[in-house]
Amino acid sequence: MKVLLNNKSTFLDDGLTIKSLLNQIDMKQKYFAVEVNEQIVPKSNYDIFLIKEGDKIEIVTAIGGG
Amino acid sequence: MRKLIIDGKEYKSRLILGTGKYKDLKETQAAIKSSSCEMVTVAIRRVNIGQDNESDNLLDFISPEKYTILPNTAGCYTAKDAIRTCEIASELLEGKKLVKLEVLSQSKNLFPNVLETIKAAEILVSKDFKVMVYTTDDPTVAKELEKIGCECVMPLGSAIGSGRGIINKFNICEIVENANVPIIVDAGVGTASDACIAMELGCDGVLMNTAIANANNPILMASAMKDAVISGYNAFNAGRIQIKDSASASSPSSGLVTGE
Repeated sequence: MKVLLNNKSTFLDDGLTIKSLLNQIDMKQKYFAVEVNEQIVPKSNYDIFLIKEGDKIEIVTAIGGG
Repeated sequence: MRKLIIDGKEYKSRLILGTGKYKDLKETQAAIKSSSCEMVTVAIRRVNIGQDNESDNLLDFISPEKYTILPNTAGCYTAKDAIRTCEIASELLEGKKLVKLEVLSQSKNLFPNVLETIKAAEILVSKDFKVMVYTTDDPTVAKELEKIGCECVMPLGSAIGSGRGIINKFNICEIVENANVPIIVDAGVGTASDACIAMELGCDGVLMNTAIANANNPILMASAMKDAVISGYNAFNAGRIQIKDSASASSPSSGLVTGE
């Protein structure tokens, strides 16, 4: 399925959860947040939240800024 | 002497540092240490997927257990985007609600969009966020943001990153005199004397980034800023003398060996 991942068109396997997506991209940061279609996905839902075709997924973190 | 209490926590340091524009994260960390600050502001951005996700992680260098992390909404031009960024920041920082609200009007001068800032502040406060708000040096707007329930009001000294110092001291004084929340000068500091002046005017703190990060020696400048903020704060509390039109000799006029 095709999704928009951090504003990049990306193909993912069907039936992927947020947790499996994070494993797939080798996400090891401690502090990050996930949003799907402008709705925050709580960390407690990562293993049950199923990604759908066309979803707009944002994975964000804290970086240097003033 | 007024304590600096933000979101229920007392801060000994009245200096808040931004974490942008440094050469690398080690330099960021060293400057923060040199400044003795207890709160740092950070930006919220997309993760660079595909790159080594273990490297370049700011919060590994600046531990949230040691420092108060103040996520900002820099780069947002609407209330909607700023609120969304704050929600994401809260999730990212394990439910923390302290945020730096900044809604900009245009990229050239990065002045606050006051109308969108007020709109965002109202909604964020209603959602129980503790809002430290970047705004203009307009005393009416500052008071309005206080009335909305912002935790701190942070007027600019001058444009972000400009290094022009405190352009309108009279407005900053007016804001400070009317305030019942901490007033922190945010933006415009160029060198240590600017930070000192902000504190001499009675501000509760100073937030800066570029003045330190872009200095030739950021670590030394961070230390200079620490001293400047302390000096300005002490001078304000000590009470400056009145400015006079004529001179007033410090040595006694009597007892001169050359006198009668």
